[in-house]
Amino acid sequence: MTYLKSRRFIGAAFTAITMLSITRTITSNGDLTSTVTIAQALVFASPIALAGLAGIWAERAGVINIGLEGMMILGTFGAGWAGWQWGAWAGVLAGIVFGAIGGLLLAVATVTFGVDQIIAGTAINLLALGTTKFLAILLFTNAPGGGQAQSPPIKGEIPVFTVDSIVTPLSALHEEGIFFVSDLAGLVAGLFYNMSLLTIITVLLFVMTGYVLWKTAIGLRLRSAGENPWAADSLGVKVVQYKYAAVVFSGMLAGLGGAYLSIASTIYRNGNTAGRGYIGLATMIFGDWRPGGTAAGAMMFGYIDTLRLIDSGNQNVKGLILLGAIILLAIGAWMLRSAKRNAAIGFLLLASVMVGAYFSATSFPPEVAQVAPYITTLLVLATASQNLRPPAADGVPYRKGEDH
Amino acid sequence: MNLRRIGTSLIAPAIGLAVSIGATALILIAIGANVITIFSSMWTYGTSPRAMTLMLNLATVYFLSALAVSIGFKMNLFNIGVNGQYILGSLAAAVVASNLQLPKVISITLTILTAMFVGAAWAGIAAWLKVARGVSEVISTIMLNFIAIGIISYLIVRTSIGTETSVNIRGTKLIPESGMLRGSAFIDPGTKVYGFFIISIFVGIAYWFLLNRTRFGFDLRATGKSATAARTSGVQSTRMIVTAMLLSGAIAGLVGLPYLLGQTGSYNLQFPTEWGFIGIAIALLGRNNPLGIAVGAIFVAFLDVSSGQLVLEGVPREISTIMQGLIVIVVVISYEVVRRNQVKSEQRNVAKALAKQEVSA
Repeated sequence: MTYLKSRRFIGAAFTAITMLSITRTITSNGDLTSTVTIAQALVFASPIALAGLAGIWAERAGVINIGLEGMMILGTFGAGWAGWQWGAWAGVLAGIVFGAIGGLLLAVATVTFGVDQIIAGTAINLLALGTTKFLAILLFTNAPGGGQAQSPPIKGEIPVFTVDSIVTPLSALHEEGIFFVSDLAGLVAGLFYNMSLLTIITVLLFVMTGYVLWKTAIGLRLRSAGENPWAADSLGVKVVQYKYAAVVFSGMLAGLGGAYLSIASTIYRNGNTAGRGYIGLATMIFGDWRPGGTAAGAMMFGYIDTLRLIDSGNQNVKGLILLGAIILLAIGAWMLRSAKRNAAIGFLLLASVMVGAYFSATSFPPEVAQVAPYITTLLVLATASQNLRPPAADGVPYRKGEDH
Repeated sequence: MNLRRIGTSLIAPAIGLAVSIGATALILIAIGANVITIFSSMWTYGTSPRAMTLMLNLATVYFLSALAVSIGFKMNLFNIGVNGQYILGSLAAAVVASNLQLPKVISITLTILTAMFVGAAWAGIAAWLKVARGVSEVISTIMLNFIAIGIISYLIVRTSIGTETSVNIRGTKLIPESGMLRGSAFIDPGTKVYGFFIISIFVGIAYWFLLNRTRFGFDLRATGKSATAARTSGVQSTRMIVTAMLLSGAIAGLVGLPYLLGQTGSYNLQFPTEWGFIGIAIALLGRNNPLGIAVGAIFVAFLDVSSGQLVLEGVPREISTIMQGLIVIVVVISYEVVRRNQVKSEQRNVAKALAKQEVSA
């Protein structure tokens, strides 16, 4: 099982690098796999990944968490408020605590009172937005370096590592432009360049989640609360307690994601989350309610965002279009084999349109890259939703002793 | 009996209101403000003619947004995509209206139809994804919101649809006066109540009629109550989902029009993009009933408008957003508590009746 899994992972990584490499070679745009791009993509991806992970915890216990956005907002605020006064680590802690408060509120509303989870989540988003804007005006307006909509700079910083002995030679190798080898070098070097301790913590949280939820008794009980709480209850699982714990922990993770954002931009700013909570939710669905797929989805958002924002020569978006076309071609070809003809033809058609666009236009507007991750998510959902398997009792209110 | 039902359905909003006002008062005390001064200044300003006009205008927008959401709610569909549907609808309407030189009635009709069509089409994508591909409308409409923002930013910044309407603000060409619906200043001499106010009342009536007096409305509500029961009685649930989603999108398309035709005359990048979310809250407060929604919309608009005055008292106006969030959460919780109590008392009554029967037998 583990052997199969690691083989699949290596296969997927190999395919991904090959596709990136082909695109990089055709476009001769080194940015696509450069050290800086990968390092920055990790920074952009981490908060989204944390939101997605937060979604996994709540929904695996059967509670849909639309309030992720609100909990993230609370996290950004907590980090700005505490970080400005007591340093970055205090900021991280406060972000987690503030997020947990949001989670607790959702748990009270949905688990204790059984109200509609989407509505409760929406209310929390509204509440978090109002509260943080309100407090920002009260607490930051007269603070030195602060303003009505932003906190003073966060004091101190979270350690960031660069391993020069790895980055320098690998970056040099990346400059060589050798097929596959240079791209792999750029990707690996990206992992050792400006690597924040918070990113490492994020990765560890993903590993921890995979382990706890799928390999321990606690995880089994938690997931049983999301699959069939009535059966779980009959076996003696304290469903309500598990749901509470899961949703509060979900809030903590979302809060950490928010704190990450504030730390990365060194201040709290109104609207800094910019819908990343919702995007995290999308990556969770994209990843079939599992950590691996969620991380991949978050990485896609982070990667596309990075290329869009560092696009100096206006060529990155063009490269992305080609990359997308190549990926679609591969999926289309694979689907032809597995007899999903209609979807396959659709993909191949779309891919050829994109290839045509790539060769006929000199550059593309950045808005294409702006919407690309959302369109990708929709495409994935449209083609794979039959294969996705959300927890069976996701979103269903549960009350001990009451039938559904 | 009926009176009692009305009574119980009012309990929850009343509790919600009381609790949230109480909580707001606590927040105000905590920050050292004088609660009585603040509430009375909100009331004094909020009931002034100018504020009443602004309130009606905002309520018109909220009302339409909540209607759009609530038609989905009736079917257990969550249209989180009202934002995307109305910004695209408003943009399309602005483009069409700015190119028309026709008599007012025709011009406005065309503008409205455009907005409804575009809103419905955008919602239609989510509907198709749901019925044909099994994608939850919650997540697809959220994605579509982000895509809509991208499309609009592209069209306005990079194509000839956008021009420099005022300094450093790009937007669509100004709509000629013949295409505007500015309304009349019948409350405050200085500010006009949007012309769309009247139209939104008609939309509300049409909504009520459609849902409560037509076969379609019956099927819709039946499917929402129990999809399986509706299916057994011959209702095609996929068709109902598509129709409900399209209708919701069509109404959503109208949300930006009161402001577009009554105020700006141009869709620019400063056009509000978040009116859809408040619609969710108001649809809840109004329990998906057009009259309830109207009251909810006016109330929330009152909070929004009158809180603008609070800056003078040193209190951030965001207190109104906090209040709205609190109201929603407390109201849904109290609905649930009231419902549970009702179920309990019904069970008790049944048990009592049964016990009596047994005794007499």
